[in-house]
Amino acid sequence: MAAEPHTAEHLPTATGLDNRKLAMWTFLGSECLFFGALISTFLLYRKNVPEGEIIPSEIYDIPYTSVSSFVLLMSSLTMVLALAAIQRGDHRQLRIWLVCTAALGMVFISGQVFEFTEFIEHGFTIRSSVAGSAFFLLTGFHGAHVTVGILMLLTLAMLSSTGRLTQEHTLRVEMIGLYWHFVDIVWIVIFTLVYLIP
Amino acid sequence: MTERTDVDTHERAHPGPREYVKIAVILAVITAIEVAIFYIEFIKDSAAFVPTLLLLSAIKFGMVVLWFMHLRFDSRLFGRLFVAGLALALSLFIVVLLTFGVFFK
Repeated sequence: MAAEPHTAEHLPTATGLDNRKLAMWTFLGSECLFFGALISTFLLYRKNVPEGEIIPSEIYDIPYTSVSSFVLLMSSLTMVLALAAIQRGDHRQLRIWLVCTAALGMVFISGQVFEFTEFIEHGFTIRSSVAGSAFFLLTGFHGAHVTVGILMLLTLAMLSSTGRLTQEHTLRVEMIGLYWHFVDIVWIVIFTLVYLIP
Repeated sequence: MTERTDVDTHERAHPGPREYVKIAVILAVITAIEVAIFYIEFIKDSAAFVPTLLLLSAIKFGMVVLWFMHLRFDSRLFGRLFVAGLALALSLFIVVLLTFGVFFK
């Protein structure tokens, strides 16, 4: 069953599109460069460790990170279900899916905190080597993005529960959804390039 | 008065929850395949290992962008903006890694 197009009208802007959505896509385009630079830096320096120090790939727990990746991937599904709910005016479902998305994001962040703790216990820290700095900078910035996303999702859920997020505000949910999906696709790339490819 | 430019504002209907669930199942299966490949020694030791993982990752990336982010259904201008950033990022990525000889080590 296909949902009705919700922004099909020609808006009175220079492009005929909503400028806020245009701005969000421009921002996401710039974020590609930001994470592209961090991923390049990590690939460049991942084996740059002093003699006797730990190389990141030696301490990765792939099954654990795979589950985290799966959790984040499924949060994209719950996010898009939240958008579909507000598009059809179902605010109860909207709140349920928003809270589910935020909860899955929290599970991912908790997993990342646990992983960082394990790495630090193994002696792999942000200061132990250039590889450590590049790894923690990349995954830390991604984690910060997820955290910002969680705060925005919870804000949306709160606005909805107080009746301040109506069907007219669908674009707000869509824009935060775009941000959330972007965070997910960045992790898709990180999971493959940083964790799976030796 | 705002002057209009000739931009394609055509938008198609977004898919419904059922299609989103189908996409999520495909994404989950691809993730499982990626992890399985990582543990199959003869694939891991072959030249196909890295290209296969990159291909699977690109498929997942594309599916999220096209379906969940609705680039397949929304105005092409959004796609162009995103692809511009992505192309610049990939160029930066390749130039930096080539400059430092990462591909030849």
